[in-house]
Amino acid sequence: MTHAEVLIVGAGPAGIAAATAAARTSRSVLLLDDNHAPGGQIWRTDSLAPNPRDRHRDAALTSLQQSGAQLLFNTRVCDAPAPGILTTLSGEAITHIEYDKLILATGARERLLPFPGWTLPGVSGAGGLQALTKGGFPIAGKRVVVAGTGPLLIAVAAHLAAAHANIVCVAEQATLTQMAAFASAIASSPAKIWQGIKFRAQLRGAPYHTSTWPIAALGDTHLTSVRLTDGSRTWEEPCDYLACGFHLVPNTELASLLGCTFNGDFVAVDVLQRTSIGNIYCAGEPVAIGGLDAALIQGEIAGLAATDQLQQAQALHQRHATSLQRFVTRLEAAFRLRPELLTLAHPEDIVCRCEDVRFEQLVPYTSWTAAKLQTRCGMGPCQGRICGPATQSLFGWKPTSVRAPLSPVPVSAFIQFDLRTPTAPQEIP
Amino acid sequence: MHYDVIIIGAGIVGCACARECATAGLKVAIIEHHIPAAATTAAGMGHIVTMDDSPAQLALTAYSRGLWQQLAPQLPASAEYEACGTLWVAADDEEMAGVSAKQSVYTAAGIASSTLSPDVLASAEPALRRGLSGGFLVPDDAVVYPPASAQYFLQQAQASGTVLLQARVIRAANHSVQLADATILHTGKIIIATGADISLTPTLPIQKRKGHLLITDRYPGLIHHQIVELGYLKSAHKLTADSVAFNVQPRQTGQILIGSSRQYGNDDPGLDQRILAAMLERAISYIPALARVSGIRAWTGFRAATPDKLPLIGPTEDHSVFLAMGFEGLGITNATGAARLLADHLLLRPSAIPLTPYLPERIKQEAYAHA
Ligand SMILES: Cc1cc2nc3c(=O)[nH]c(=O)nc-3n(C[C@H](O)[C@H](O)[C@H](O)COP(=O)(O)OP(=O)(O)OC[C@H]3O[C@@H](n4cnc5c(N)ncnc54)[C@H](O)[C@@H]3O)c2cc1C
Ligand SMILES: Cc1cc2nc3c(=O)[nH]c(=O)nc-3n(C[C@H](O)[C@H](O)[C@H](O)COP(=O)(O)OP(=O)(O)OC[C@H]3O[C@@H](n4cnc5c(N)ncnc54)[C@H](O)[C@@H]3O)c2cc1C
Repeated sequence: MTHAEVLIVGAGPAGIAAATAAARTSRSVLLLDDNHAPGGQIWRTDSLAPNPRDRHRDAALTSLQQSGAQLLFNTRVCDAPAPGILTTLSGEAITHIEYDKLILATGARERLLPFPGWTLPGVSGAGGLQALTKGGFPIAGKRVVVAGTGPLLIAVAAHLAAAHANIVCVAEQATLTQMAAFASAIASSPAKIWQGIKFRAQLRGAPYHTSTWPIAALGDTHLTSVRLTDGSRTWEEPCDYLACGFHLVPNTELASLLGCTFNGDFVAVDVLQRTSIGNIYCAGEPVAIGGLDAALIQGEIAGLAATDQLQQAQALHQRHATSLQRFVTRLEAAFRLRPELLTLAHPEDIVCRCEDVRFEQLVPYTSWTAAKLQTRCGMGPCQGRICGPATQSLFGWKPTSVRAPLSPVPVSAFIQFDLRTPTAPQEIP
Repeated sequence: MHYDVIIIGAGIVGCACARECATAGLKVAIIEHHIPAAATTAAGMGHIVTMDDSPAQLALTAYSRGLWQQLAPQLPASAEYEACGTLWVAADDEEMAGVSAKQSVYTAAGIASSTLSPDVLASAEPALRRGLSGGFLVPDDAVVYPPASAQYFLQQAQASGTVLLQARVIRAANHSVQLADATILHTGKIIIATGADISLTPTLPIQKRKGHLLITDRYPGLIHHQIVELGYLKSAHKLTADSVAFNVQPRQTGQILIGSSRQYGNDDPGLDQRILAAMLERAISYIPALARVSGIRAWTGFRAATPDKLPLIGPTEDHSVFLAMGFEGLGITNATGAARLLADHLLLRPSAIPLTPYLPERIKQEAYAHA
């Protein structure tokens, strides 16, 4: 069994900062991620080659590489079988990693909401299409509508524009007034907290509509246009792709499996990023949707605290806590979902793509458990990662307990088990 | 408010009882403290299977399966009823040697079955490993999705006037049922159908028997029958040791449900990695292709086991209180039969098979015998 004094799950900005800070001590630090390179969502790239346009990223990656932290990629945590042990999967191989301290930096994913046509080929998450193009998907010359909500929309539109996509428009559901509070938060913060904002200039003239949202994706076998509305006017934008996401939801499944206490949808932590479980820390989006700077600072605090560099950790917290918290609050207010978005789905629209569950099938139920049991909503391979947050928004249902495996695992992986003890089944016929 | 019957517990057994009583014209309330069909009924496999562990078990499973067959045409699609049959496989000649005796028992009970040579077995289920000694096919056994089946029973009951109350019952005796908020409901009869939860009947010798299951992603056509090793009987009926057996089920979705394990004395609902591993290893040893399929979720459930492996159906010393409990690994199958027998008894109707072997009073006699 591998052992690490400090094990960090997730090599996005939070995990990178945590590993770098923790490795300054003589502890053994292991940083793992299911992607093939560090970077997480925002710094996701195909290679570790320097990117002169993103000095933050390059600096962070260089520090990480020089820190002495061990890196493990293409490795996904799929279970927490016992205190102090995580089970990981790489390819079809299962490994158990023992830890003294654990830092969860598992980031966030997009919230997708159902509306007519959202399952048509050509419709994807906004960050999803961005990740695809980073992976080489040919987007040049394609007409793309970017819609939904959140600063991610601008980042995605800018990224796609840089990849020579033809951005038809960006449709942001939030009102201009709502967004103004957010803009002032940016202005008053020391750094470009959300990297997306600086891309605004790079939209290359594509219109950015506020108070505008998609009500239908149209097409027979593939998307051909998107119907947008601003509440009074409705119009269609012909396009090849719709990149559509409704802000972010935290990846808290591992924290939940470990039994960490939650504060609403987020993992509860103290000023040192400690969770309710003494040797487990959490940083970045699972703690609050706060953007890049929050992820970096919280990650560093967690890395320091987990290696007993408490003074530095506390100092860092004191320096930044107030401004980060203000930013989180403004971000949340700026991109709050408008009620109209929750009534877009028609009875026949699919809500759970894994199990083909339609909106109308869910209507009779009053809880996620009952709906899941009777309709199989959320029982498919993604285990409710997509439809869980959607039904939470639509019906107010709270997701229930998370179970292993956290993601599909080949059956053989379950039996590559090196924790066997003498209490193994006494009699196997 | 006065009811003819109050049923405690809306698992598949309670729901089936509610349907039988309500459609016969009784005024019924069913009380569930959580969500209907979310306890053991949500954790089980949904194999509608005839089992010949004892004559009484064969009688009840065969009767119950027949009722499921009658119901099949009216079950909603969500119940996923599929008469895929049970294919018992023999790993060696010793297991195969038992098949002809088994077949005569089934034939005598009027249950269709056939014996499969190794070649026929291989063509019936090509994914099975080579070198098995043969098989025993019970073609009319079936598979259902238990929560939706229970929900159907409940809806049928509600359509006949049954009232569903959400509450925890803390006492049930002498024609009255007390809820956690101290409300008292009056009733002619009480049916306790609380599954493996014996807090209302703490003296019953019902033990929790933990089981593990794993569901895979979709692999349509990989298997065609519910496939069970003949060694299952050996393992399932051991009363003490932990055991695992090969038991796999094709779902209508193309998913495969892999079982099964049995453990006593472990009331922790968490996964037991060693048992799960042993169970999957066993499944892979029969169907090597399972090693590569993707498992999406594993869970556990608790069977309610009685000392003689038969359920408790019928009246207790308190003549207002009836039991429908202790179904171990056959409560989905036997829900239909148990509910019908109990309704027959309450309504003084003749029943198709004798209730005697399942009467709770036998437990007391046994206690005396052991005293
Ligand atoms: C799809 C998407 C695209 C985004 N694009 C941008 C953008 O362009 N610009 C911008 O400013 N912000 C973007 N953001 C927001 C940005 O991710 C955050 O602001 C912040 O940087 C998050 O940092 P983090 O370290 O908390 O999480 P992340 O960067 O999300 O890193 C978490 C990492 O943990 C890994 N992980 C999670 N669970 C496991 C597990 N069980 N086992 C192994 N590894 C695991 C993930 O694969 C990921 O690599 C995006 C967010 C999302 C969801
Ligand atoms: C792993 C596994 C596999 C199985 N496979 C099969 C199979 O293939 N075929 C088969 O036939 N059977 C199978 N079974 C058995 C079957 O699942 C059970 O026998 C059956 O579900 C029992 O149903 P029930 O209604 O008695 O109990 P439950 O479904 O547990 O229902 C009892 C209900 O009572 C409620 N309750 C309890 N106490 C109170 C109270 N005081 N007040 C109010 N409500 C209360 C509970 O909340 C619960 O909803 C399997 C079981 C397991 C664990």
